[in-house]
Amino acid sequence: MRNKIKNIDNKAFLLYMTIVLFIIMYSIGIIMFGNKGFQKPQVFLNLFISNAGLIVIATGMTMVIISGGIDISVGSFVALTCMVLAWMMEKGNMNAVSSIIVIMLMGLVFGLVQGILIAYLNIQPFIVTLAGMFFARGMTAIISQEMISIKNETFLAWANNKITIPLFGIVNKKGVTVYPYIYPTVIAALIILVIMFILLKYTKFGRSVYAVGGNEQSALLLGLNVKSIKLKVYILNGLLCSIGGFLFCLNTCAGFVEQAKGFEMEAIAGSVIGGTLLTGGVGNVFGSLFGVLIKGTIEAFVSFQGTLSSWWTKIIIATILAFFIVLQSILAMSKKEQK
Amino acid sequence: MKAKINNIMSTELFLPIVSLILVLIINIIKTPNFFNITIQNGVFYGYIIDVINRASELVILAVGMTLVVASSGGTDISVGAVCALSGAVACFILSGGEVSTSVYHSPYIVAFVSAIIVGLVCGSFNGFLVAKMNIQPMVATLILFTAGRGMAQLVTNGQITYIRVESFKMLGNSVKGIPLPTPVFIAIAVVILTFIILKRTALGLYIETVGINNKAAKLVGLNPVLIRFIAYAFCGLLAGLAGMIVSSRVYSADANNAGLNIELDAILAVALGGNSLGGGKFSLLGSVIGAYTIQALTTTLYAMSVSADQLPVYKAIVVVIIVSLQSKGFQRIIKEFKLKRKVEKVYEK
Repeated sequence: MRNKIKNIDNKAFLLYMTIVLFIIMYSIGIIMFGNKGFQKPQVFLNLFISNAGLIVIATGMTMVIISGGIDISVGSFVALTCMVLAWMMEKGNMNAVSSIIVIMLMGLVFGLVQGILIAYLNIQPFIVTLAGMFFARGMTAIISQEMISIKNETFLAWANNKITIPLFGIVNKKGVTVYPYIYPTVIAALIILVIMFILLKYTKFGRSVYAVGGNEQSALLLGLNVKSIKLKVYILNGLLCSIGGFLFCLNTCAGFVEQAKGFEMEAIAGSVIGGTLLTGGVGNVFGSLFGVLIKGTIEAFVSFQGTLSSWWTKIIIATILAFFIVLQSILAMSKKEQK
Repeated sequence: MKAKINNIMSTELFLPIVSLILVLIINIIKTPNFFNITIQNGVFYGYIIDVINRASELVILAVGMTLVVASSGGTDISVGAVCALSGAVACFILSGGEVSTSVYHSPYIVAFVSAIIVGLVCGSFNGFLVAKMNIQPMVATLILFTAGRGMAQLVTNGQITYIRVESFKMLGNSVKGIPLPTPVFIAIAVVILTFIILKRTALGLYIETVGINNKAAKLVGLNPVLIRFIAYAFCGLLAGLAGMIVSSRVYSADANNAGLNIELDAILAVALGGNSLGGGKFSLLGSVIGAYTIQALTTTLYAMSVSADQLPVYKAIVVVIIVSLQSKGFQRIIKEFKLKRKVEKVYEK
């Protein structure tokens, strides 16, 4: 029994805490804003709809953090993908499918460059991705300083393709039963989440990512090719970022310079709140899902409350992030003392 | 002769000085009147004065950033947001909550001191997370990087607060009778003071020791936690001071744009100054020259009609190039290349 508690302590404690925190926060929301309709299933599904892109990006971020690195370029890169998508479809008259292939290639190249700098030249991931962050944001401004809204029909058809769920219908004032709905982005995000979970948990590549993050020296002695694993992690992350950017773009249907500001912190917060250790080696993509949902709940709070400025979301998330990283570090220290 | 060249190339200040000269040469070719200085109303005008003037905040931040990098091998990316926050707080105190004011609602010194204190508190928060809690500097400072501007927005209520009082403009512009803008003197004073503190006391050595080897520093009886904390707190304090200058320049608090992207410039200045971003040995003078180089580069790019939000692209490329050249991986490649040539020479003989 005692062993069991210890086991929970070590790995899943932060994850359980996150799930509990999410449930508590959501219940508080229902109690506080019950009269405004917070308890409707649609509000819950909206958490997924508005954060589909972030879920994908947070899974990528989780993988990078597990490998012992970090990527703070994701927010700017999302802005860049949206801008490139909008520019290609509106100014370049390209069709939607080929534009998406182009941005995926762009994500791979971006990840490849960052990965080479980090893995093969041994530069700190922070510095490389900080440069990447400013580079991507600046590139967005070079492409266009004005907002480009997307009017491509195929793209808009994807964006507005509602999928109703024939469950939990609510009868509205007119007596018509309204069913909750989701967009295809949510399904795509959840599929990617499951794929990443399987990839990290049950493949050789996934296990070696954990090994590299846990202790690089040991991984090297085990005969793993640490450099190539790191490179692969950043390439895959680049791809996930471009997919996440595409899903994000389906929500906003526009490209502009200031888009997705602070996304990097939301993705990192999502991972960290979800139980991924910043020191690497420990983490779970499902935890990150809950981390992102917590962020979504805070956003819902702020919008339901009505009078608060949207800056509050960022401040509250920063506070929660600070709380969780301090908690992580305390746990890590107490573990060291036990030894 | 060859030895002499090697000797010059290996000095600490080689990289920053060469890059400064490079940027200046480009400027002379593009704008021949670059070095012209005119005097209007007893105040110096000219490109070069403008560069030195505008670089002041950057110099101040680069000093703080150098210590942060040297002591912890990480960077403080919250400095820009802290600038915005301290400026916002100072303007809020002076304006008493109004959007625009032409009289002080509280004494100037109160606002100034509280701006510095805001910076110090932010720096201490970062320092606590990094030094005491052992959190990676970039993640710890990311919190304020994102939240800082949000808090500044809350303080200013989402608006730009204007302070239309002459004495408020003094810190960021020029004072009557003195031919150079005030920020230049403040920057020089900060550099000299910091230099004296670091050289007259053992603090400079302590910082290097902690940066080179944390555990060894602990074993020789230093307190790495305290030293790192001091470095971050000092960096925050300087960011507060820079925030005052920034808001005094435009006699307003603009939470969105005050100190925007300046963290990248400060890191770039440190890297360009020949300091390793991995921590350890540092050269304050190098960072200062680096800061002036960056500002010269910025002014050059503006002159080439690059807009403010496109600027980071070029700077990011410069950062990547410098850091790649400094990196262990690249140096190993060069070493292997040199070895190969040596071996080939031996074979030829």
